[in-house]
Amino acid sequence: MIRVILPHHLRTLAQVSAEVELSVEGAATQRSVLDALEARYPMLLGTIRDQSTQQRRAFLRIFACQEDLSHDSVDVPLPAAVARGDEPLMIVGAIAGG
Amino acid sequence: MSKARVLVGTRKGAFVLTSDGRRKQWNVSGPHFAGWEIYHVAGSPADPNRLYASQSSGWFGQVIQRSDDGGKSWAPVGNKFDYDGVPGTHQWYDGTPHPWEFKRVWHLEPSRSDPDTVYAGVEDAALFRSADGGQNWEELSGLRKHGSGPRWQPGAGGMCLHTIILDPGNPSRIYIAISAAGAFRTDDGGKSWRPINRGLTSQYIPDPTAEVGHCVHKIAMHPSRPDVLFMQKHWDVMRSDDAGDEWREVSGNLPTDFGFVIDVHAHEPETIFVVPIKSDSEHYPLDGKLRVYRSRSGGNEWEALTKGLPQENCYVNVLRDAMAVDSFDECGVYFGTTGGQVYGSADGGDSWEAIVHDLPAVLSVEVQTLS
Repeated sequence: MIRVILPHHLRTLAQVSAEVELSVEGAATQRSVLDALEARYPMLLGTIRDQSTQQRRAFLRIFACQEDLSHDSVDVPLPAAVARGDEPLMIVGAIAGG
Repeated sequence: MSKARVLVGTRKGAFVLTSDGRRKQWNVSGPHFAGWEIYHVAGSPADPNRLYASQSSGWFGQVIQRSDDGGKSWAPVGNKFDYDGVPGTHQWYDGTPHPWEFKRVWHLEPSRSDPDTVYAGVEDAALFRSADGGQNWEELSGLRKHGSGPRWQPGAGGMCLHTIILDPGNPSRIYIAISAAGAFRTDDGGKSWRPINRGLTSQYIPDPTAEVGHCVHKIAMHPSRPDVLFMQKHWDVMRSDDAGDEWREVSGNLPTDFGFVIDVHAHEPETIFVVPIKSDSEHYPLDGKLRVYRSRSGGNEWEALTKGLPQENCYVNVLRDAMAVDSFDECGVYFGTTGGQVYGSADGGDSWEAIVHDLPAVLSVEVQTLS
């Protein structure tokens, strides 16, 4: 299972309280994990990536294993520790705003 | 027992204020969607328990929420606002071409007859419609594709479509307004549109009487007279008696005619309300006195309404969607401020009380009169 940690406002929107666990078909990549996340929680459609362009929203980043994966290709396999479920994939909102 | 339900959108969530018909004691519910910007919450005239809310965030984009029980519970519905075809460009602040980009929904206007039909005014300016309770949205692209579209420019708050008025007697007629393109009307249900800005004069554009480019802040209409429109423009309060074909200024004796809100009394179509704001450089009331101005003659002659409103050291703003009227026998008037107050008057504006004092900055106020 892939573990995903959502930012506060998306946990509220999806009505989940902690980590989300997802089973992903095939290789675990940013794209496949987000596909699985949105399929299970359709209210998150459009909140992490644009529904038409699939571009990540500008004020969000993707972290895992102490690395910023935001600028990696969305089709690159995620770190093995994430694929095994040892480490979570973190979707992080920029620290900004009032 | 009749009831008033005030729907308040703020910078950090939505609030629902309810009272009986006396409108003295209020129950406050919220924040709903805590921490999100709620540009607008609107109820369906056809089913008052059907509410729609525009929830947005710089981080997470646009969400549309729907309630089927008067705001007790909510569920997200569709939030895919795709422009029809290749969007093209409008003008950026510096006059260069800029691609049309969806940013947020400013205003939701439910149909008067069908709870599942609702219109959305968005930034960058376009009009969308859903016929399935908000699940799917389709652009009425005849508006954006009007030949003047490439010349439209954003106002300081963004290029927002903020006003949608549905003609109660003619389902084919819709009025909309955009900052800073101006006002437009369709007479064929949204297929084709024409600018209705003749008579507007705006010194901040190269041609002050241009067909488009006017920063219209809000338009209001009384349902019994759908051809009579009242407009708060950036500067100037305006009136049209022919569905927007011609406008004339009715600012009259207002101390300043800059402002954002305008609304019409529920039972007196010639009684209108505005909140004058000092200037476009200083977005707060003149002299630190929060005053609603009322005209009982459709403009030109205005009286200050001050009872119960702060008359010193008040430097809040009242944003364009933050005024509403109820339809009790004694018409109630409500407005919200960027200081987080929602003021209500249960006597047509003669006297005011703060229903709440300390909400986040208020973006919008609507009211439902429930039987």
